[in-house]
Amino acid sequence: MSELSVNHLLGIKYLKKEDIDLIFQTADHFKEVINRPIKKVPSLRDITIANLFFENSTRTRLSFELAEKRLSADVVNFSAASSSVKKGETLIDTVNNILSMKVDMVVMRHPNPGAGIFLSKHVGASIINAGDGAHEHPTQALLDSYSIREKLGEVSGKKVVIVGDILHSRVALSNILALKLQGAQIKVCGPYTLLPRYIKSLGVEVEPNLRNALEWCDVANMLRVQNERMEINYFPSTREYVQLFGLNKQLLDSLDKKIVIMHPGPINRGVEITSEVADSDQAIILDQVQNGVAIRMAVIYLLASKIKQQ
Amino acid sequence: MSQKMLLASKEMNIILHRLACQLIENHNNFENSVIIGIQPRGVFLADRIHKILKEEYGISGIKMGQLDITFYRDDFRRSDKPLEANKTHINFVVEDKRVIFIDDVLYTGRSIRAALTAVQSFGRPSEIELLTLIDRRFSRHLPIQPDYNGRQVDAINEEKVKVNWKENEGEDAVYLISKV
Repeated sequence: MSELSVNHLLGIKYLKKEDIDLIFQTADHFKEVINRPIKKVPSLRDITIANLFFENSTRTRLSFELAEKRLSADVVNFSAASSSVKKGETLIDTVNNILSMKVDMVVMRHPNPGAGIFLSKHVGASIINAGDGAHEHPTQALLDSYSIREKLGEVSGKKVVIVGDILHSRVALSNILALKLQGAQIKVCGPYTLLPRYIKSLGVEVEPNLRNALEWCDVANMLRVQNERMEINYFPSTREYVQLFGLNKQLLDSLDKKIVIMHPGPINRGVEITSEVADSDQAIILDQVQNGVAIRMAVIYLLASKIKQQ
Repeated sequence: MSQKMLLASKEMNIILHRLACQLIENHNNFENSVIIGIQPRGVFLADRIHKILKEEYGISGIKMGQLDITFYRDDFRRSDKPLEANKTHINFVVEDKRVIFIDDVLYTGRSIRAALTAVQSFGRPSEIELLTLIDRRFSRHLPIQPDYNGRQVDAINEEKVKVNWKENEGEDAVYLISKV
């Protein structure tokens, strides 16, 4: 296969296994490109991309912007805080206004689940979801799987535990869908209050004990506790959370194998993982960030190749 | 579809040796020269020339790379088929080097145009030369000509020139394939 089966990247839910394989193969080439003395290719010089961020982001936004620039696309940035959204403009109006300035592709982060899907039905551009509420964050899941593939050779058959705030995490849902599609085994681990009620319907197991989970797994993806999405207290105290679900060096060293530690960032050092663990050679957190650019270049390149020449 | 053989194994072998000798004439021991095969099909020719230079003329240590031009092509989103990338493998800097591009068939010249842009990502070469096995003359879209040439071929646009390699297709031969 040499073409994606979709015209937008709205979620992992809409992808096939072959799509993921194609994205990874393309990302391999771009990873080589971004390690050259000159890290830029001219492929997308006639494409304009708008980055619409209705929610805060550092890493994802920078990563997308770098990916776009390294493909030579023209880039316009928009953040909700300094825009007419504050004056009451609707999402469709905002985006149609931007598209009337001849924009071919939209990368959007939005606090509402399904915002990207909604937009894709109403506007004519190719949409990439850069995170929609607690729903999906497909490029993060792709770069996570890509990093596992790079570190362990393949994703199929690997045991992955996702630890922490599953309830508020779009990274968790996209990761579960992506890993399942590639044949990995998945467990989730966290306080019961932070596990969605129907999580087992996704085909994952629940392991309430962190040590048991770590002893079982090859890879541990440590998620951040998303305090900003919590209106009530989901656990008694941060200290208790750290004691039960925080990963420290002592616990890591007491395991009889070397597991791979991942974190989608931003890290709350000392909460979900300690500094020692985050900076250890088992952590591939910075590799994830580098792979993020290659994966996003691949996704943008493959979607752009489906935009018809006008 | 019909096909006609333009070059057989024996003729190809003579041409490859001639091309290797012409390279030696200009580059002596290749001290400051590098060979770059253009992906996908130029790589086979580059390997073969490299092998002849090494095994029959005793010039070892020639730097050789493979360059993929997919992301530099000028027909992105213009061709019916999606473009598929190949591997680029250049583990040296081309700064101030004499670069020899190697490709099997020179047709419109657009691939070489893309390669000229692509190679700049690896530095500024002191000069770039082009070696091709087949030159389809009178079909150029750009002012690009080979410096070393195996055989000139006259073919119309509807025809295709296909170079087969023992390593890949099981035989060394060049065919002219016409669709009618």
